[in-house]
Amino acid sequence: MAFDIKNPGLATTVQDQGRTGHYNVGIPQSGSMDQYSAELGNALVGNTAKEAVLECTYLGPVLTTDQDAVVAVTGAPVDVKVNGETRPQWTRLQLKAGDELSFGVIRGGTRYYIAVQGGIDVPEVLGSRSTYSLGAIGGFQGRKLEAGDQVPVGAPLNGGAMPDADTVPEEFRPVFAKEQAVRIVLGLYDHRLTDEGLDNLLHSEWKVTPVADRMGLRYSGPGVQWKEREQPFGAGSDPSNIVDAGYAVGSIQIPGGTQPIILHRDAVSGGGYAMVGTVISADMDLVARAAPGTSTRFVAISLDEALVARKELAELKRNAWAAIGAGS
Amino acid sequence: MSSSPEPAVLEARYTWGGDEFLFVEVAESMSLAANFRVMSIAAKLSAMQLPGIVDVCPANASLLVRFDPDVLPPSTLEETVRTIEGDLTHHHDHSLETRIVEVPVWYEDPFTAEVAERFREGFHQEPGGTDIDYAAKVNNLKDAAEFIRRHHEQPWLVSMVGFVAGLPFLFQLVEQEKQLEVPKYLSPRTDTPKLTVGHGGCFGCIYSVRGAGGYQMFGVAAAPIFDPAQSLTDFKDFMVFFRPGDIVKFKPVTEAEYNNIQAEISAATFRYRQVPVTFDLSKALANPEGYNQELMEALNGV
Repeated sequence: MAFDIKNPGLATTVQDQGRTGHYNVGIPQSGSMDQYSAELGNALVGNTAKEAVLECTYLGPVLTTDQDAVVAVTGAPVDVKVNGETRPQWTRLQLKAGDELSFGVIRGGTRYYIAVQGGIDVPEVLGSRSTYSLGAIGGFQGRKLEAGDQVPVGAPLNGGAMPDADTVPEEFRPVFAKEQAVRIVLGLYDHRLTDEGLDNLLHSEWKVTPVADRMGLRYSGPGVQWKEREQPFGAGSDPSNIVDAGYAVGSIQIPGGTQPIILHRDAVSGGGYAMVGTVISADMDLVARAAPGTSTRFVAISLDEALVARKELAELKRNAWAAIGAGS
Repeated sequence: MSSSPEPAVLEARYTWGGDEFLFVEVAESMSLAANFRVMSIAAKLSAMQLPGIVDVCPANASLLVRFDPDVLPPSTLEETVRTIEGDLTHHHDHSLETRIVEVPVWYEDPFTAEVAERFREGFHQEPGGTDIDYAAKVNNLKDAAEFIRRHHEQPWLVSMVGFVAGLPFLFQLVEQEKQLEVPKYLSPRTDTPKLTVGHGGCFGCIYSVRGAGGYQMFGVAAAPIFDPAQSLTDFKDFMVFFRPGDIVKFKPVTEAEYNNIQAEISAATFRYRQVPVTFDLSKALANPEGYNQELMEALNGV
């Protein structure tokens, strides 16, 4: 079966848990920006966490299904419409052959996810179905969807068995707030900031600018100061420059000391800007949900605390799957 | 590069990129010795096939390791890498099994010229001239022709692959005082032709895909270096051509030669001229140009 794309929306791509193992040649991990929401969509339609979904950015697609289908829409709050009638989000929906799925205006956050029983069934490239647009690999022909595309859907898993519940309980749905506290581990090149620069980073309000996409999010705020130094050979002339190095996913760079940039799942794998810390793995979904204008504070925690937060997120996911009655 | 055959060894700096990345800065400055050390640590760590290691990414003078802390505790990873680093200090095995590859380049081509014209005022240091004239000037060379000669006469080492899929960073195998240094654009372009041969700071590069970029543009490589369709023989095993440690010899080609190569690519008959070599760091540091001659002669046999 397949989805017929009538209108692609702003930037709708096929994503899954991502592609690791090729970062050493510059191929980023890609995958759903808000993994938590995408995975719970899969849970609702009887998939494993690994199946590919459609990631919709601000403006979703209009699509029809050529056969009966079971879908769920999770992530950022938006009106879900089947043949023009509003239907609930975070809930399993039965579509009949020919039904049209469309969306209203997003009411917060940035991205929502269409999960379908059987998953989006594009070929795997280097072990993942995720779209890496810049390299034109993965997903649907290596690009975002276009009108007229027929997006293949896979066969049901586990003989079509569905979890007991058809909706994600309220307490397991993420909040899409206009204020965020993002936990980071300082490190990498934070020693190159002045004391005042570090203080600005950790004790100022930063706002997400409109320059935010799958590669990264740029923040405006008071700026930071870099220590002056004689630049090492090969590092470039600005004090925020280093000899080109690998970039940690989630790392924060501050070119020229003006606007911090958090690198996200499609980011370049390396470059010549000093990084001063890294968003902890447990907060990467949170950052992905930040719409332009979101007021952000960066909270420094230790590596041990980051590992605790990681375990807490894993436990939250387990509890959410259990609450739905789904086997992850 | 210093003239001393045995580079001074300093201890690397270990720091964390959140809970999934270990960053090991071997040196703040770029040098052949630092890059060689990075590649040696990366090779030894990869060969261990430690459960929980996700990505081992050698860069110019640093190493980034992605790991799964649920499988491999951070402290165990750090101890492992420190042990590898310590062992390297005591063993002077400074050779690398690699290959030398000839990369045909059309210097001063019309594709990069067209894009450069769109990004002059506010982007370039000398909006009235070309990138290559500017590069010649800041390196105190007579003209573009001399710059081009210096660019392709001596080979380059792939010191890192990344930024975007399959993009090689290149470090020329000459003494530091002979290295070509050119500032990046004042502000990055939003467009760069695919296969642009570029230069920023002390690094050369070949842009594997079309997109944003800040390096000065000198020409285009004639053949692909990233081939997701894997239609050419050189990409049969993997869609990315370059690996850290590859040695690149640029070969200037004319428009006619460039067009012939395009025809070979269309017919899927194009192959890079390449030959395996053992790269010896001590020889490269002691007598760069003499040793380069030896390396380049290997290509004559193919």
